[in-house]
Amino acid sequence: MNTANHTKQNSPLFAKRKLSNFIGLSLSISAMLIGMAILLWILTILFVKGFSEIDLEIFTASVPGPGSKNGGLLNAIVGSLLLVGTCTLVSTPIGVLAGLYLSEYGDRSRIAAITRFITDIMLSAPSIVIGLFVYAIFVAQIKHFSGWAGTVALALIAVPVIVRTTENMLRLVPGSLREAAYALGAPKWKVAFKVTLKAAQSGVMTGILLAIARVSGETAPLLFTALNNQFFSLNMNAPMANLPVTIFQFAMSPYDNWNGLAWGGALLITMAVLLINIVARLAFKKEKLS
Amino acid sequence: MNDSTQSQAHQSQGGAAKNAIEIRNMNFYYGSFQGLKDINMDIEEKKVTAFIGPSGCGKSTLLRTLNRMYDLYPGQRAEGEIKFYGHNILNKKEDLNLLRSKIGMVFQKPTPFPMSIYDNIAFGVRLYENLSKSEMDERVEWALNKAALWSEAKDKLNQSGLSLSGGQQQRLCIARGVAVKPSVILLDEPTSALDPISTGKIEELISELKSDYTIAIVTHNMQQAARVSDYSAYMYLGSLVEFGKTDELFIKPKRKETEDYITGRFG
Repeated sequence: MNTANHTKQNSPLFAKRKLSNFIGLSLSISAMLIGMAILLWILTILFVKGFSEIDLEIFTASVPGPGSKNGGLLNAIVGSLLLVGTCTLVSTPIGVLAGLYLSEYGDRSRIAAITRFITDIMLSAPSIVIGLFVYAIFVAQIKHFSGWAGTVALALIAVPVIVRTTENMLRLVPGSLREAAYALGAPKWKVAFKVTLKAAQSGVMTGILLAIARVSGETAPLLFTALNNQFFSLNMNAPMANLPVTIFQFAMSPYDNWNGLAWGGALLITMAVLLINIVARLAFKKEKLS
Repeated sequence: MNDSTQSQAHQSQGGAAKNAIEIRNMNFYYGSFQGLKDINMDIEEKKVTAFIGPSGCGKSTLLRTLNRMYDLYPGQRAEGEIKFYGHNILNKKEDLNLLRSKIGMVFQKPTPFPMSIYDNIAFGVRLYENLSKSEMDERVEWALNKAALWSEAKDKLNQSGLSLSGGQQQRLCIARGVAVKPSVILLDEPTSALDPISTGKIEELISELKSDYTIAIVTHNMQQAARVSDYSAYMYLGSLVEFGKTDELFIKPKRKETEDYITGRFG
């Protein structure tokens, strides 16, 4: 018995397997380290350059004029919250209902296949194209930039994300749960809304949060739609200040305090996106455990 | 079920047995594959009928024709007749939601809905009845009592159904099925995912439930079939090989194939 084990350990096949295991593991670990290092690098630079800019004023004062001292990002922060908030309100029902259709009703039908194909194209569409599209059909028609146009552009990016995650999460719900609801005599819409969607709730929420995280950093679609606004404004029919475009403009400017505010804004957005991601993860995890 | 069938059922207690379900010349197809071949069988009212046989013999398929669960999947179809108190449920115009509220089903794996224990039971009841809060409370208690779960669940009705153990979850599913007051309950291997103690509890439950309900059970466990059922059907390759009183089928089966299966020489 002992000798048999001994020969096995010394066999060339075993040595080869150990070697290939070592190589494979080393490759994956180094790939992971590269990814982590880049992420940490980005975060470090953001903190080094941006952290000193974050003070009370950044939340209380609007952007300063060219060359003037002080100032904050209040108008851009509020504008971003409004744009992302309205985008969420618009895209959540559309995305969730479309995902519900694809998973529960359309399933293998032609119209569902086409919808899925278009959603996939939309998912990978360059966001600047979406900005130009909304510019052409919306901004060019009403002849001025507006917050609503920004909302539409962001929603066009968020909806496909929500549709696909909702569909995938609903597909994870075991068929036996649906059958159990049908077995009680429940009609299809009740099974879909009260049982299947409820079972996939946390996954669907995660999808919505990830979509919010995605759009809150988008710059290109806002450049041609909401544009920007130097002043505090809650009017969604007028150009609207927002963090990404403000960062873009301030980072390109020759003024030191604008550059500084751009770093501060970048740090704020990154932290917000990070926070949303962490919340999404925790929500999903908690639901899984219960 | 109307009043006349009810009263007939009472009259027939000593005399001729009354059938809840009569299956006649039923064939079932998964697309082009024939899953069931010319099934003829009577399921007696307020008795337990067990379907036994090796995996893939069609016993679950047969059970799933009785509440037309197969209808959820395109390509699956049944031909012939399944009469539920004289009414052919295989006809195209049958209202499936209503049918399934009369013929309930419990599955192999416990499937509590992602909601509270209370709502798990109220969900089905609310579909067909408009009860006041106190009436609903009573119904929930009644159903949990029927499923022998009340004493364990009464203090946590607002907790998620998923917080219960596997055996409790399965009894919750039985309570949920009983709560809508069906006349037939179909059990598809209800204990195969449970430990022996939970299995014992469910088997006791089946014996108690049969005073009010007609029960059809699919089981892999022949001892279980022998313990809980009044009638047994042995199926093989989509055909009904032998059907009769459980005592007779297990003690002196008429067919050689049945004997081989129940004595373990085959399977």
